[in-house]
Amino acid sequence: MDNQRRKFLKMAGATALAGISAPAVVKLTASPALASSAPAGHGAATQDSHAQPAAHGEEAPKGVRLGLLIDMRKLYGKPELMDKAIAACNKVHNIPHYDDRKNEIKWIWKTPFENAFVDQSVYHSSKETKENDFLVLCNHCDEPPCVRVCPTKATFRDEKNGIVAMDYHRCIGCRFCMMGCPYGARSFNWFDPRDNIKEYNPKFPTRMRGVVEKCNFCGERLAEGLEPACLEAIKETGAIVFGDINDPNSEISQVLAKEHTIQRNSSLGTKPSVFYIV
Amino acid sequence: MYNKRTVIPGLAIFVLFVTLPLWYNGLSAGPIPKPELPPNGTKECVAPASEMRDNHMVLLNEWRDSVLRESGRSSVSVGGKEYPKALQLACMECHSNKEKFCDDCHTYASVKPYCWDCHLTPVEAASKKETH
Repeated sequence: MDNQRRKFLKMAGATALAGISAPAVVKLTASPALASSAPAGHGAATQDSHAQPAAHGEEAPKGVRLGLLIDMRKLYGKPELMDKAIAACNKVHNIPHYDDRKNEIKWIWKTPFENAFVDQSVYHSSKETKENDFLVLCNHCDEPPCVRVCPTKATFRDEKNGIVAMDYHRCIGCRFCMMGCPYGARSFNWFDPRDNIKEYNPKFPTRMRGVVEKCNFCGERLAEGLEPACLEAIKETGAIVFGDINDPNSEISQVLAKEHTIQRNSSLGTKPSVFYIV
Repeated sequence: MYNKRTVIPGLAIFVLFVTLPLWYNGLSAGPIPKPELPPNGTKECVAPASEMRDNHMVLLNEWRDSVLRESGRSSVSVGGKEYPKALQLACMECHSNKEKFCDDCHTYASVKPYCWDCHLTPVEAASKKETH
């Protein structure tokens, strides 16, 4: 009897020890296999890191990335031109107008320098900077925070052209994207927008109450071979340039190569696709 | 079986009560809807009528996803005619009376699609037109 108990305890102890030490044994025996595959992995990594420094940490551009450039020098002292561009956008996209700013829906709008470029110094800023409003819209970021926070993928980055688009069919109106967007480029429909649209563009839908909306870079017009509505409205001034910023031969790339441009809050790392000459 | 006398009549009453909507309407499903054919006389659609009748909602969802999410905004060509993949721009061009075409069946089948929350029917689009 005693003998059997003694035997049982010994076996139990040995089993427990084996169980505890098993992971260590597996790790020790498996490590040579890992080590042998490591050089290949290192090789690949070094190749990657060779490619990176050449671009100074910037990713190599791939595919089409639509961008917009606003030359504010051509709009200083001419708020009526900005209003014209805004009105054109509002009309084309059936955007409602609310007198109460709390409810306003904005795709493209005017705002003072310190609101548009919050990371830029306004200490001793020029008269032009102080007295003029700046034309702002959705930046169609390469790293859009609104897309990251959307729980239904209603907003997404179109990989074919870089447009940060919205699928209103999917929007549940949670407004996470409005929290996520550092540019205030998104507006929520607190009311049925149809009550506040003066005239419809029969070729475009409206939105419904309870969804968030924003600029779509005129995706529907681009498909027809047209230019964005804001650009078209003030085309004669040449203040807005639109095109593929990944294509070195596009008009926008050439202006970007020639002029010093700034982006809104570039320090946030959202990589905006809208550029400004101020 | 216990309580045969109460259980069986009870079941009969229950069945009668549950099927009341059928008896109430005299075993008739009401007049069968006849959606209006395109007022502009078009005979051809993007697919045969029987297929459209069964699957128009699937097609609309496919078009929507293709246009919005896959930037497939190019139009579809059926029988030599180009159709943009759009409810407002394609379907309603021929089926211009939403009330007599869409609603006819949807009301009958008690289906409430949310298309018109955002998309404009021809009547609505014309209600707020450019005045100048």
